[in-house]
Amino acid sequence: MGTLLEIKNLSTHFNTEYGVIKAVDRVDLSIDEGDTLGVVGESGCGKTVLALSIMHLIPSPPGKIVSGSVFFNGVDLLKLDSGEMRGIRGKDISMVFQEPMTSLNPVLRIGDQITEIIRLHMGLGRKDAIERAMEMLSLVGMPSPETTVRDYPHQLSGGMRQRVMIAMAICCGPRLILADEPTTALDVTIQAQILELIGRLKKDTGASVMLITHDLGVIAEAAEHVAVFYTGQIVECAPVESLFSRPLHPYTVGLMESIPKIRTDRALEEYLKVIPGIVPSLHDLPQGCTFQDRCPHTMQICREEEPRLWEHLPAHKVHCWLYERK
Amino acid sequence: MKTALVDIEGIKKYYDVRQGILARERAPIKAVDGVSLRINTGETLGLVGESGCGKSTLARLIMRLDVPTEGSILFDGEDIFKLSGKGLKAYRKKVQIIFQDPYASLNPRRTAGSTIAEPLLINGINDPKERAVEVARIMDVVGLTMEQKDRYPHEFSGGQRQRIGIARAIILKPQLIVADEPVSSLDVSIQAQILNLLKDLQKEFNLTYIFISHDLSVVRHVSNRIAVMHFGKIVELADNQELYGHPLHPYTIELLSSVPAPDPGRKTRRLRQEGEFTGTGNVSGKCPFYLRCPVKLEICDTDEPELKDHGGGHFAACHREGDGQPSIN
Repeated sequence: MGTLLEIKNLSTHFNTEYGVIKAVDRVDLSIDEGDTLGVVGESGCGKTVLALSIMHLIPSPPGKIVSGSVFFNGVDLLKLDSGEMRGIRGKDISMVFQEPMTSLNPVLRIGDQITEIIRLHMGLGRKDAIERAMEMLSLVGMPSPETTVRDYPHQLSGGMRQRVMIAMAICCGPRLILADEPTTALDVTIQAQILELIGRLKKDTGASVMLITHDLGVIAEAAEHVAVFYTGQIVECAPVESLFSRPLHPYTVGLMESIPKIRTDRALEEYLKVIPGIVPSLHDLPQGCTFQDRCPHTMQICREEEPRLWEHLPAHKVHCWLYERK
Repeated sequence: MKTALVDIEGIKKYYDVRQGILARERAPIKAVDGVSLRINTGETLGLVGESGCGKSTLARLIMRLDVPTEGSILFDGEDIFKLSGKGLKAYRKKVQIIFQDPYASLNPRRTAGSTIAEPLLINGINDPKERAVEVARIMDVVGLTMEQKDRYPHEFSGGQRQRIGIARAIILKPQLIVADEPVSSLDVSIQAQILNLLKDLQKEFNLTYIFISHDLSVVRHVSNRIAVMHFGKIVELADNQELYGHPLHPYTIELLSSVPAPDPGRKTRRLRQEGEFTGTGNVSGKCPFYLRCPVKLEICDTDEPELKDHGGGHFAACHREGDGQPSIN
């Protein structure tokens, strides 16, 4: 399987009144065809900015992609002009947003919103486009597509809206779907259905998925590779089994230990392990490793020099001095 | 210490919603539909369910922020809906709430110190020095430092804001705390800190918690007993170990099997369910879970099951007597 998306040394900065914020900082990533890459991290770690950078959707100013390249199918997306990018956005690469209520237009019928993309990218006429839209809606499990196309977003439940968002994302047969917290606003039973749907569509269409989430459970369920983000950088990057069986970076280890487990033998009195402190503010990052103040293994070198993303195990990279060969 | 602090008896809360032309048709939404529950002193009762199942409405009733359509709630043997004046003010002192969103539940124009001190002021502690001493003490308890007293909410992180909300809730030394999704909007690494803090406070002040959450892993971690709500009713109630080990109601089983485990070896153990709940349509006369239930019987279409004791304090509202249930784990 070939590489579909290859991100090299990507940095996206925002100029604010407090100084430059490095929201995405020298990120290297790749996604193979038909693969799901999970991107996990806490709020403000740069996950969403990464997706928006791939899509050329960074508001500029204040944002700016300052370096790097994003090769999609061999073409550097960052070199495309806005017209060429419009041809790719929604067609070859599409996006599913977190909040389906705010990302659907409340005054347009579902059918109109889906056909807009179909007519633009596939050049279909009105009637054919509606046909295609209904086909897509039934593909994502909407019970009655004929009536749904005439509905407005407020007439649908949260799970149904998210299905509509997914239908919009897949209607032009994309090669890559960027799903930004697609299930965060949903109840667990609906989340399970949506994750299953994404998995099924991926299998049927052969598309790749970049699944952005803060939930390690969702990652374990749906991803094949994982990149863990902290303060705009990748701190660990590995196949999903390797990450969960041998987490290397102290941050990943801390994250895994701090989530309460649903299947556990632990007594009720036990405390959760915590990562002390809080995520440092992005405009005031310390020199060296950005995790130094919360890390249980901080050494002198962590405060002086930044570690590299080092391949410690096969295909398992970690951004930490503990593992770097001296 | 098995005395009931709160005794909820057949409580119902219906909201009138008018539909149709000129809003002439009335279709009540049964937000809470006949809940009976006893909460013992010193325990944590977890209340789980999906959005719209009525868990927050039940919390509002317990807080007496709303009056029920029917039923009663006894607190320490006293009917809280008959309280007024001084009695009501005393009740408000004993029962406090922690809200979900620490961004929306703090006044942005008040400093942390003044937010925490306000309950004292309302309750007649007029000496500023006395208030300051108390605020300092409670800030220390929840892990805030004194120099943060004069800062405004926007200067705090989400976790610290939730600490302010907790400080405000415990400063009057309440007996019961209703925590309505207290960690849902926090990042995982911060969530653990707050859960541990709540645990410490419970030990220190012998607090009773009603812990509302949609996150079954969090509820498992904190609760002694757990009530599962669905369509305004409690469908299952049991001890922590019992509920997670031997769930009886098909809805509980579906919920539990839907939670993605942080373990990649554990995929596809989910019980597949299609469809979802929309509104609180008229389901009277049949089991509310009938349409989605994978193990339904004929009787479920004609008869609504009652919450029955299946032994050892394990209650479930299901016609099946524990047989034929799909199992997880």
